[in-house]
Amino acid sequence: MDRSIIISGFGGQGVLFAGSLLCHAAVIEGLHTTWIPSYGAEMRGGAANCSVHISDDEVSSPIVNMSDVVFALNLLSEQKFEHRVKPGGLFLINTSLVKIEPQRDDIEYLNIPLNDIASEKNHPAFINVMAVGAYVQKTGILKLESLKLALEELTTEKRRHLLPYNIASLDYGAEFVKNSMKV
Amino acid sequence: MLETGRKVLFKGNEAIAQAAVNAGCMCYFGYPITPQSEIGEYMSAKLPEMGRTFIPAESELASISMLIGAGTTGTKAMTSSSSCGIALMQEGLSAMVCAEVPGVIVSVMRGGPGLGNIAPAQGDYFQAVKGGGNGDYKVIVLAPSTVQESVDLTYRAFYLALKYRNPVILLADGILGQMMEPVEFKKYPYEDVDTSSWALSGAKNREPRFLVSLHMLDGEMEAITRRLFKKYDEIAKNETTYEEYMTEDADIVITAFGTVARVAKAAVKRARQNGIKAGLFRPVTLFPFPDKALHETAKRAKIVLDVEMNMGQMLLDVRSAVFGAAPVEFFGKPGGALITFEDIYDAIMKADKEIAQGGRV
Repeated sequence: MDRSIIISGFGGQGVLFAGSLLCHAAVIEGLHTTWIPSYGAEMRGGAANCSVHISDDEVSSPIVNMSDVVFALNLLSEQKFEHRVKPGGLFLINTSLVKIEPQRDDIEYLNIPLNDIASEKNHPAFINVMAVGAYVQKTGILKLESLKLALEELTTEKRRHLLPYNIASLDYGAEFVKNSMKV
Repeated sequence: MLETGRKVLFKGNEAIAQAAVNAGCMCYFGYPITPQSEIGEYMSAKLPEMGRTFIPAESELASISMLIGAGTTGTKAMTSSSSCGIALMQEGLSAMVCAEVPGVIVSVMRGGPGLGNIAPAQGDYFQAVKGGGNGDYKVIVLAPSTVQESVDLTYRAFYLALKYRNPVILLADGILGQMMEPVEFKKYPYEDVDTSSWALSGAKNREPRFLVSLHMLDGEMEAITRRLFKKYDEIAKNETTYEEYMTEDADIVITAFGTVARVAKAAVKRARQNGIKAGLFRPVTLFPFPDKALHETAKRAKIVLDVEMNMGQMLLDVRSAVFGAAPVEFFGKPGGALITFEDIYDAIMKADKEIAQGGRV
């Protein structure tokens, strides 16, 4: 198993954190992993993305060109990365912010209105972590439990009060996929 | 000191900094520059709380000069920078070699020439290996290709710097600096080097010592340079390191270092799955360059394909090592453009076609 994942969105949407969360969970499960951020002049509101590998063997190439999986958390990312999903790959789209028709019929689309789900809750919910929860529920690449452990590891003392919301966000993403599969 | 006992996720730059801490680095001097600023940031948090020295230098020229100062006392010390910042250190590097002052310089390459950009690149092979400073001199250059190897080679850099009283450059690229990867921190594995015979430690109860890089007496500079080159022969004999992957029966031998070598390994694996006999030869020490080993491997190959994130710099050392044993082809991208798996795989396919057509005339 070797999955390449690109997570892309606005700076401030937490795309780098989402990638690092996947990597930490992969380490917890004893898998090989790499994470590279786009480290240009990123800022809040600008474009940001990261490339992740999760593999049960040594990761040879950390650089991702054509990706097994892409998360597009905003419109710009959808347009930039739709053609970089491998045939047969998975394209997760935040349909709260991306309102355009899919262009390809050789990849699978996972449409989630992340911002809408988040704003329905009466407490903070994080779309980056929700996207990770949805992806993991969809593919089973990692255990939800490992991601929760990783969240605990990654949460600093200063942000400790946000941990329950982060864990809840993971569940919201997973639940969305569970419910949509029932239909 | 950090000994993890298991793999933990670490960013390349921070892993290098922590490895330096583990290696006993007592002083860090640096001026921030992307893509290596996390090294200084990490050191600024770690060193003072351990009672060690962190100085945010006012320029790269100051950093290397402070490194010379610390090195003359036999203290383990480090500076780090990137391409155009390392360019400013060349005068100091040449002086260090001449006065035989140890020190570790981490160079995390970005796109150039000039201020260039901040994307990962390998355009400073010449700068590190051939030197931008003046005179006949060599710097030991170590080129990691994983975060784990960045840690292990940082340890080794401190040891070699003191063992040979020579600056050592750890040559990484922006990807290695920015990438996170699982890594295990082990104990610094090298012995302490005795510096008591030369270090400037205060001349109480002994004759004063001088470490200088100005030698005006008749024949003095020639004699010193010859002695330095004997040392380089010794370094080449003892320290040359490389990795070979599936080169035993390879028709196409890729030569690559650093991040590109990992990408090349993936391409070699795919080529093998498709029945193409490809292999990878990866120098770990760029000086000393593993020329004898590469020559032996090239003798068995039909094409040597050098791949770099530049316009062909290690290529010159590869050609000189291969020395006609096989044709040498090159694929590269300059200016911070990334080399992908597909790029290298295509280059292998092209080389395979050439072999099938009877090779280049």
